[in-house]
Amino acid sequence: MEFLSELIFWCFVVLTVGSAAVVVFHSRIIYSAFALLFTFVGVGALYLYLSADFLAASQLLIYVGAILTLIIFGVFLTTKVMSIDLPEQSHQRFLALIPITLIGIVILWVILQTPWAVNPAEAAPTTKELGRLLMSRYLVPFELASVLLLAALIGAMRLARYFKMEE
Amino acid sequence: MHDLNVYLFISGALFLLGLLAVITRKNAVSVLMGIELILNSAGLNFVAFSHFSTGNLSGQAAALFVIIVAAAEAAVALAVFLNIYRLKGTSEVNKVNILQG
Repeated sequence: MEFLSELIFWCFVVLTVGSAAVVVFHSRIIYSAFALLFTFVGVGALYLYLSADFLAASQLLIYVGAILTLIIFGVFLTTKVMSIDLPEQSHQRFLALIPITLIGIVILWVILQTPWAVNPAEAAPTTKELGRLLMSRYLVPFELASVLLLAALIGAMRLARYFKMEE
Repeated sequence: MHDLNVYLFISGALFLLGLLAVITRKNAVSVLMGIELILNSAGLNFVAFSHFSTGNLSGQAAALFVIIVAAAEAAVALAVFLNIYRLKGTSEVNKVNILQG
């Protein structure tokens, strides 16, 4: 049982990182958008392994259900997906690998050098406790987030309407 | 079962891939996908530290707010891209320079 859980964990790790690589390196944007689906699902599964059940459900609902749908709509509305012969060009990919490698080395060094505090929580259902936190300690950010969502809704509707630019 | 470093490596890999997408892709929607990868890696870090280091749920609350802000950001960004596409006929970030005067 332990072995099976371990195996599934590493399958999800490979799925997450591999499909993220497809998102970055595939030249057709629609394939990138659908690879992003598997990245989001993989991160949601990793949330489950971290005993964050409510967050995994929100990840599936919000990222896969809402954000990815928006992104796919954006792809369909702003690119000519049906034209076969137009793969997307990239900027200087090999030049970009230099700062990426440097930042990667820094991140690796920080992860390996820092003595992280270890105080593991036992796996328990988190929904009730998280709801209590949102209604007490994080009440102000929670309300601010709802105002932010309303502002984004109205702003996106205003921006998405067609208006002519004055010359 | 696993220790903290495994999750930190995964989220570091996601962050680097997202950064690579942001600086190399030309299509604006691809850049947005890179930003989503970066936000996901941040959320994964929050939840990992919440599980392994602090022992309480404040990291999970922070990750929830990251998801909310990502949703708002994606909606506004796609509305902007749609308008740019209507105005300029392209969504490639290096061809949109109308703010340069």
